Amino acid sequence: MVEFTLPKNSKITQGKTWPHAPKAVHETEFRIYRWNPDDGANPRVDTYYVDRDDCAPMVLDALIWIKNNIDPTLTFRRSCREGVCGSCAMNIDGTNTLACTKAMDDAKAPLRIYPLPHQPVVKDLVPDLKNFYAQYASIEPWLKTVTATPEKEWKQTHEDRTKLDGMYECILCACCSTSCPSYWWNSDRYLGPAALLQANRWVQDSRDEATGERLDNLEDPFRLYRCHTIMNCSKACPKGLNPAKEIAVLKKAMVDRQV
Amino acid sequence: MSLRSPLGRVLGRGAAKEGVHHWWLQRLTSIALVPLSIGFVVSLLALPALDYSTLIAWVRQGGTALGLILFVLVAARHSQLGLRVVIEDYVHTVGLKTLALVLVDFSHVVGAAAAVLAVIKIASGGRW
Repeated sequence: MVEFTLPKNSKITQGKTWPHAPKAVHETEFRIYRWNPDDGANPRVDTYYVDRDDCAPMVLDALIWIKNNIDPTLTFRRSCREGVCGSCAMNIDGTNTLACTKAMDDAKAPLRIYPLPHQPVVKDLVPDLKNFYAQYASIEPWLKTVTATPEKEWKQTHEDRTKLDGMYECILCACCSTSCPSYWWNSDRYLGPAALLQANRWVQDSRDEATGERLDNLEDPFRLYRCHTIMNCSKACPKGLNPAKEIAVLKKAMVDRQV
Repeated sequence: MSLRSPLGRVLGRGAAKEGVHHWWLQRLTSIALVPLSIGFVVSLLALPALDYSTLIAWVRQGGTALGLILFVLVAARHSQLGLRVVIEDYVHTVGLKTLALVLVDFSHVVGAAAAVLAVIKIASGGRW
């Protein structure tokens, strides 16, 4: 019935404590999830000490510092280091967020760092987001029109453009979806807050002519209605967006076309 | 293991084109339950005593039977809608899930019918 036993590789063991940096005065302790698909062992949590006088203030800076100075095998994704690409999304101090925009001093030490919850792990802090990206692709995130393409641009009033605020900023880091319990239990059928926010971004776009078709594809007890307004998504979003509200707007649109 | 593409798995069997009615009904029944449940509790508390004969007299009074029947029907529908969601959320074993959904539906219909019958019987003086 309900799965109470943990799947393979879920039991986390105590890992290695890595040596302090020589001559470090101010240090921050890190407990980081490690799992290597090649060694056949269960995941472990390693302890590292970051020399704060030699390291910039963000959690991502610390991870890069560890990789450069202590343990080159520590694996994580990162790219823009300024909260735009969404690559370094991970669970820091119990909350999904971006390592690059989270200051070490804003989290409780020792800093516990895990990959995004409830996704298959590729290695260490790298989650497998295949399903997440496929869900994004499934909402067809592009402008769909029947009217012939105008010679110049598709026009939109300033007022209609403001309807996209709070949605176009989404960087698809997956912090929201992987923080949602409903997504944990049913991510094979529930699209999750990120994909639904993106779906609403196109439903609300005044230039789009496929609104009905988009709503048709969401009208499903699982795809949309697995959202039980738990609102972990809005709490987790490192960009300060409100996916729970956008899902509510979608649900309202569903009712509006019936009554 | 499956060699199906991730997008193929997400698209699956397509959208069921259902869910709005369930969502709307769940809200509708919750709104209706506010006055119905408050009315039920308040009128019970307003009784001079909670013994058998007082309660029988209360059910036979003017609008009590109507209020009780509405309360039972709306509460049963609301509970059935809610339990359905709980089962869909947590029970993933194919056969067991269907069985649980059928049992929930049947037990709510039986429960609601029995309650309505009881109210009618009492209100009509047990002659029905």
